[in-house]
Amino acid sequence: MQISFTLNGRPTTVEAAPATLVSELLREQLHLTGTHIGCDTSQCGACVVHLDGLPVKSCTLLAPALDGATLLTIEGLQGAPGSNQMHPMQEAFREHHGLQCGFCTPGMLMTAVALAAEKPDLTEADVRHGLEGNICRCTGYQNIVISVMAGAAAMNAAKGE
Amino acid sequence: MSNVIGIGASPKRKEDQRFLTGRGNYVSDIKRPGMTAGVFVRSPHGHAVLRGIDKSAALASPGVIAVLTGDDVKADGLGSLPCGWGISDAKGVPMKEPPFPMLAQGKVRFVGDMVAFVVAETPEQADVAAELLAVDYEVLPSVVGVLEAVRPGAPQLFDDVPNNICCDWELGDKAAVESAFKKAAHVAKLSLVNNRLIGNPMEPRAAIAEYEPGTDRFTLWTTSQFPHVVRFLMGALVLNIPQHKLRVVAPDVGGGFGVKQFHYGEEAVITWAARRVKRPIKWVASRSEGYVSDRHGRDHVTEAELALDETGKFLAFRVNTLANMGGYLSTFGPNIPTNLYAPLLGGVYTTPAIYCNVKVVFTNTVPVDAYRGAGRPEATFVLERMVDVAASEMGIDRVEIRRRNMIPKEAYPYQTPVLVQYDSGDPMGCLDGALVAADVKNFGIRKAASASKGKFRGLGYSTYVEACGLAPSRFAGRLGARGGLYESATVRVHPTGQVTVMIGTHNHGQGHETTFAQIVSEKLGVAFENVDIVFGDTDRVQFGMGTYGSRSLVVGGAALSKATDKVIAKGKKIAAHLLEAAEVDIQFEAGKFAVAGTDRVKSFEEIAGAAYVPHNYPLEVLEPGLEEQAYYDPVNFTYPGGCHIAEVEVDPETGTVTLVNYTAVDDVGTVINPMIVEGQLHGGIVQGVGQALFENAVYDEGSGQLLSGSLMDYCMPRADHMPMMNVATHSTLCTHTPMGVKGCGEVGTIGSPAAVINAVVDALSHLGVTHVDMPATPNRIWRLLQNASLPVAAE
Repeated sequence: MQISFTLNGRPTTVEAAPATLVSELLREQLHLTGTHIGCDTSQCGACVVHLDGLPVKSCTLLAPALDGATLLTIEGLQGAPGSNQMHPMQEAFREHHGLQCGFCTPGMLMTAVALAAEKPDLTEADVRHGLEGNICRCTGYQNIVISVMAGAAAMNAAKGE
Repeated sequence: MSNVIGIGASPKRKEDQRFLTGRGNYVSDIKRPGMTAGVFVRSPHGHAVLRGIDKSAALASPGVIAVLTGDDVKADGLGSLPCGWGISDAKGVPMKEPPFPMLAQGKVRFVGDMVAFVVAETPEQADVAAELLAVDYEVLPSVVGVLEAVRPGAPQLFDDVPNNICCDWELGDKAAVESAFKKAAHVAKLSLVNNRLIGNPMEPRAAIAEYEPGTDRFTLWTTSQFPHVVRFLMGALVLNIPQHKLRVVAPDVGGGFGVKQFHYGEEAVITWAARRVKRPIKWVASRSEGYVSDRHGRDHVTEAELALDETGKFLAFRVNTLANMGGYLSTFGPNIPTNLYAPLLGGVYTTPAIYCNVKVVFTNTVPVDAYRGAGRPEATFVLERMVDVAASEMGIDRVEIRRRNMIPKEAYPYQTPVLVQYDSGDPMGCLDGALVAADVKNFGIRKAASASKGKFRGLGYSTYVEACGLAPSRFAGRLGARGGLYESATVRVHPTGQVTVMIGTHNHGQGHETTFAQIVSEKLGVAFENVDIVFGDTDRVQFGMGTYGSRSLVVGGAALSKATDKVIAKGKKIAAHLLEAAEVDIQFEAGKFAVAGTDRVKSFEEIAGAAYVPHNYPLEVLEPGLEEQAYYDPVNFTYPGGCHIAEVEVDPETGTVTLVNYTAVDDVGTVINPMIVEGQLHGGIVQGVGQALFENAVYDEGSGQLLSGSLMDYCMPRADHMPMMNVATHSTLCTHTPMGVKGCGEVGTIGSPAAVINAVVDALSHLGVTHVDMPATPNRIWRLLQNASLPVAAE
């Protein structure tokens, strides 16, 4: 079936079987391999993308759900639209060593951006609770939590400008 | 030079840009022209005779290109998956080493054992055909636990391995230990289990193989921590592919923790199959497949006894362990519970006599091999639990008994009774630092506050020492290693003075691209951004043993340091010629070659340029070019150590253990990049906390089914399981590595399980609890509290 949606700011139309998972569609058909697949039970969170502004695990979503929707993947996350700058959350993860092997990182970032957008005054407990659906095996989470707090603060500051 | 970023600085990581923007290059991201899909058919039974396989329906399924089984492997005369270590018993009898065929032959020995490989045009078609493969199994009883496996009458995995015992191994002076026990004022005893773990790097394993008929060359892309070792083991010992015809690439790898440091049958099967089908094949494991095929870790059952004099001094330590090997011997399998375990049973203490017996046992489970820490967390757990038990029984304070037995700083180098000689350390300094950092003196106030909420609070200590930086090859050879354990590095200086380093270690999260660039930047005085590190490709990197055992900086960094020294030495010759001075008068500092005592100077870039444009150059005595290679074989292991203190709160209503504070003071030697070291400590600690509180691989005895076979049944630590950790380093320098480094990748995982469990036992000690097995889940604690039949509400 034909599916039309906005992908990282661009109108996109694809032909896909209705049973195609969005995570597969992105990786195999659209060659956007930043969305990772780390499990088969929707536990790990490496595949989180934003569907109409909300974080979703793309391995739980079938392609027809995209029709008419707006999808943002890690490849589309950036600072000012059209700029080559990284998003403040990406900058915060680099600054605070919030990643090691990088595999969970795209999902962590997409979840973190959504968390910060939803609640401007995030506490450490909010962040830890909010990251429950994203597993990282490398960092012990400490620097991820610090990164998300800092990234959220930077997003707030940018909003205020 | 500007932008020199050297040792001790924390520049942001070079590797981060690609990972933050979704532009990493993991094996599963790679596509090759004409690529097909491969799927493994795995045994659903723990133990069965393989009576026959009917391929016809699978072969007739749409899109199927090939169906391969153990019979095809046999027909092609291929080798068995090799074990890299051969251990022997006390009489020198070698371990039993049954063949480990890459596809099962005659029998299957664990759930997940590979039975067939199906290649099709698409993954979906391969899955459908795999379902159609008719495998005739005669199911046999399985045995999964070590205690059960050695009992008379237990199911036998191999005809020629009586009682499933691979090796009855020992270390230490048994007679000296026995005589010390006779003189002891007190003997403390402890039985414990070290729970089986599954490493779960977030990237599942994957491989792509391609054969080029035009050149007779193979390329294997694989999620490996050691591509050169895979090339050697697979090419030379399994598939008979000449080394120069085989390229192994391990690109970005999403975490390893040991799980990816073995040569797996999947790699051999897919490479062999690629030549048969003459098209590239891709296989990507699902997480569920990883659970039944990634090598597992730990799984010990241990009885330990500590002999003490009346003052609490340790006289002798005796440990008897049954270690689970699973269904076959994996690459490092038998080395882990023996050579990486027993030599660390001295810990940071002066125990004069130690004896350890380890029975290495086959069971119907996934093969067990190294997982972060590998043997050393097990040793630390036995010893540090034992110390707490002894302290409690003798009425001596837990910190005091440790102090009385600690090796003083000035006693280093310290020869233990179990092979290893520690070169440097300061356990007392680490302990003192940790006591302050953990605010132990106010623990009583915090405990009272918990009690007022009806919670039990406990404090747990663990000191540790580990042997890492694997390894001095000659020493390892005596212990049974069948390969060398050196490392290699090439420093290629370009005509413009920029530098590319080719190194045999593998970066899969550790930040090597940053740390190694700092070493080069400091030593050569070149800008940090002008250094790139290449790894993970046997066609680009000369050789290497890979990354495991906290060896990359210790052994690889030393090779890199040596290679930069060679570059400087050659640069001095070139500079002497250009500056018309004697070579001995040339000094190199901060990126400049200068004639001592003068202002005559050539920059590093000028020397590099001269080396590649040798118009004015001593060609008669010196080759052009500026590229040097070094191999480094360490003279000893390195011995990081430290002290960890955990503080927990137990809710008696639910049995839930909450880790409320965690402090670690570690001696990792010289710290190159403090930010990266801290990250390694954090990650290591949480993996150890995972073992202590959450993680457990559980098999069903009899059927051999893995009950904890997904992320829904096997509990991985999440962000909200952890408090903010308080980590610090208290370093003494390694005396035999070029930069004084000791390694930091595994220390967190080694120190933490004992600290956490000692804290849990402390919290419950007023109820008569003396030991808790890992993981200390709410279920386990709640049951323990019910059985204690004591009032559970704290007043």
